Order: sequence, then structure tokens, then C-alpha cells
Amino acid sequence: MLGSNGAGKSTLLDVVLGLLPLSGGTATVLGGHPGAGRAGIGYLPQRRTFDSGTRIRGREVVRLGLDGSRWGLPLPAALSSSARAARSRVDEMIELVGAERYASRPIGELSGGEQQRLLIAQALVRGPRLLLLDEPLDSLDLSNQGAVAALVQRICECEGVTVLMVAHDVNPILAYLDRVVYFAAGAAVEGTPREVIQGPTLSRLYGAPVEVLEASDGRLVVVGTPEPPAHHHDRHGGARG
Amino acid sequence: MTSLVAALSLNPVTDLEQMTEYPFMVNALWAGTIVAVMAGAIGWFMVLRRQTFAGHTLAVTAFPGAAAATFVGLPLAVGYFGACGLGALLLAAVGRDGGSDAADESAAIGTLQAFGLGLGYLFVVLYGGQLSSLEALLFGSFLGITEGQVQALLWIAAAALAVLVVIGRPLLFASVDGAVARAANVPTRALGFGFLVLLALAVAATAEITGALLVFALLVTPAATAQRLTARPGPGIVISVALALAVTWVGLTIAFFSPYPVGFWVTSLSFGVYVAVRLGELIVRRAAVAVPGAHADPEPT
Repeated sequence: MLGSNGAGKSTLLDVVLGLLPLSGGTATVLGGHPGAGRAGIGYLPQRRTFDSGTRIRGREVVRLGLDGSRWGLPLPAALSSSARAARSRVDEMIELVGAERYASRPIGELSGGEQQRLLIAQALVRGPRLLLLDEPLDSLDLSNQGAVAALVQRICECEGVTVLMVAHDVNPILAYLDRVVYFAAGAAVEGTPREVIQGPTLSRLYGAPVEVLEASDGRLVVVGTPEPPAHHHDRHGGARG
Repeated sequence: MTSLVAALSLNPVTDLEQMTEYPFMVNALWAGTIVAVMAGAIGWFMVLRRQTFAGHTLAVTAFPGAAAATFVGLPLAVGYFGACGLGALLLAAVGRDGGSDAADESAAIGTLQAFGLGLGYLFVVLYGGQLSSLEALLFGSFLGITEGQVQALLWIAAAALAVLVVIGRPLLFASVDGAVARAANVPTRALGFGFLVLLALAVAATAEITGALLVFALLVTPAATAQRLTARPGPGIVISVALALAVTWVGLTIAFFSPYPVGFWVTSLSFGVYVAVRLGELIVRRAAVAVPGAHADPEPT
């Protein structure tokens, strides 16, 4: 899901999660009401990173995604087989995202890319059918953006999970996209990346002349949108897209 | 507050016998034990949730409560628990779960704290400004605890810890990762409020023993030390409780055999442990940097 800041991308995710009622129209998520199928959805909210004072291991953060919403204390793994199963499930997810080396360190001490991998593991640990990622590449450097995008693609194929990703920069993920929804000016266009991200389509959506330029390395640049373009550092102000 | 000076014999058994000959000392040890367990466990969550300032404000509101209770002739406990309960309600109203951001929250909490201190001073002056009572309210009355107080503390601590066992895991989730917890149907606002009430109970119970200003020796320092030592929740809480117990017991014992007050020993001991752990961390980190290839990993699996 692409579009400028404030176009309603994160709001749509809140609707899918059932956290926000619709003021009009209907929404069906995994064959039911939004919110009814919450157990089948993994969610990675848009965020700034955990700060360095967060003294909780990455492994615990993943585990909270599995059974953190249950009341009562977990039994130690030595006493209960379900606790052993939970631990091996957490290990499996940590391995899937390639975080074995640092999963046992306090999460606040890890880099943004390392934290993001653990958070993706957390969102996946219950085996969801749908994975909602809100700006997962935000606050990562370029090489980590590419690596995390490739990881998400691999998860999508290996785990059979539908991934719905909000992004404000299409380039790091362009190669992996099946469908694109572009939000602007209170409307949206949906289609394959090449259908949607082109001058005439976006000009119709914005109601203003918009051009899409292609660089020699295949990167796309959208110019002439009515709002100022969303630069990477703009996103750290905490505004929701 | 009086301190006894007894002769230390260097024989732990005789020393313990000497101490436990005095009923007030037995009560102090029991009360200290109960309060240390409760403060150690609840304090760990408080430090994790970065609500130290909120906890401090609850401790400060305990002071006007106790002063008001003294003034109108109610039991001190009524003042402590009443004021801390009211403080928790006010904090929940201005808190981040009520919609304001962190900066607003800490400013509002600070305002509440200043008002609480002023109010407490007013009640002390109204009461006649007896200095000994002011000192006990601020710095504790370890040695004046009755058996009835010990029993009341035991029930309060048992109830608070039972609630903490039930809500502990979702509370951890909500504290570490609020947005994801909310999306996973964890009632984060209700938990935030419930935790403030637990914190208020712990603060009121601790303030009754250590006084309003020394609450933190048991509530913050052991928990902060434990979080430096481990990033695992279970062992972290156990270490926090163990440290709170150790400084309470050792502090009471030293105070019994020395002319200086309990509050001083308990705070100094916990401060000493915290400083030692921070220094130790620094040395470990230096050593890890000095050895090429070594990894500064405090938490091996």
C-alpha cells in the first residue's frame, strides 16, 4: 500500500485489525468481520525502535507474540510440554529471520535492522495467514531495507502467508510486489505495480499532472504530486501515514 | 526514631537471638520481609514501564495522606493507603494511557507531586509541627511496627502479588510492546490502571515502614539493579526480590547493632549494590573491548 502521508494507509490497517469501526461500507477480513479473525493476523505496527534502556531479550519479545496475551504465568519449560513446544516455536521463528546470533541480547542494544527481524519473527510466531507490516523498512539503512524486503518475500513464499505492507518508498520492494494499492486525495487505485505506478494513472488519481520517471537501475521516481514528496526523514516525526 | 546499640558478638546465632528477643525487632523483620517481597516484584515492572517518576509521586502523596491522618486522628495506614489510592486515580487520569504523551505526563505528574508535598507540610503545621512525627512520616518508623500492622501488610502483599501473578504476562506484553499487545486484544489501558493501583499499594505499604522519602530504596534500586544484571523477566524479578530482602535484613541487623537509623542503612546498602553492579558492567565492557574478537554479550543462552 503506497501513498503520501496522511492518505489513510495505517488507518486501513487499523480497520483490518478491527481496531477502528467503518463509518460506511463493509470490510471482510479472512472471511469474517474485521477483528473476528484477529488470531490469524500477524501485525507489525509502524514504530520508532526500542530505546537502549529496554532491558528485555529479543527472544522474550518474540515469545510475547506467541502467548503474551494469556493471563497467568507461564510454566517453566522443565515442567510442561506446552512450554517446551512454545520455546521451540520461538527458536524456529528466530532461525527463520536469521536472528540466532543476537536473540538473547537485550533488544534495546540491537540495531534497527536486528530489531525489525525479531519483530517480524514476533508477528509470525502464531502462524498467521495474513501479515500486516506498517512501514517495516522505515528507519533502516539501505542495505537493511533490501535484506528485510527479501526476508519478507521469503516468508511470504515459504510460510504461505499473505503480506500486506504499507510503504512510502516503493523502490526497495518493487521487485517483490504482486499488487499495489495507491492512496491519494481520498481515493485509491489498485493493480500490478506497472499498471498503477505510471504517469497517467497517478495523474487521474491526484487530479493533477504527475510524472513517473524510471532511473537506469529500474528505480521509480514520482514527481509532481500536489503534496511535497515524503522524504525518509519526514517519517520520524510520528505522523501516521 | 530510636536506635539501639547492642553488642555485636560476631556469632550469627547469638546475634540473631539478641535481635529476636525484642518483639519490635521481630515485627520489624517480618514487616521488612513482606514489604521487600512486594516492592521487589512490583518495582521490577515499574522500572520496566519507566514509571519511576509516577512511583515517586505516589510516595510523595503518601506524605500528605499520613500527615492528614495524624491531624484528624485516624490510623496512619488509612492516610497512606487513602492518599496513594487517590494518587493512582489522578495519575491514571493524566497518564499516557489517558491519551497524553510522555512529556505532558511527566509535567502533570511533577505538578501533582509539588502540590502533594505542600499539602503534607500544611497538615504537619496544622498538627502542631511536632518534629518527631514529621521525621517518622518522611524517614520511616521501622522500630514502631505493631503485630496488627504486620498482619495487615501480609494480607495486602498477598493480594497484590496474587493479582500480579494473574496479570503479569499481559502486563509485560503491554509494557514492552503496547501497540502489538493492543492489536492482540490485550486490554492495555485497564492493565495500566490496574498496575498503578498495585504500585500505589506497594508504595503505601512500603512508606508505612520506610517513610515517604525512602520508599525507593526498596522499590526502585533493587529492580534497577536486577535489570542491569539480566534481561530475562523471571530471573530479573527473582533477583529484584532477593536484593530487596537482603538489603532489608542486613540493614535492620546493622541498625540494631549501630547507633545510626535503619533507613540510612537500607538505602546505603541498596545504593552500594547498584553502584557495584554498574562499575562491574563497565569493567566487563572494557575487558570485552580490550580482547579482540570477544563479544560483549552479557546474556549468553
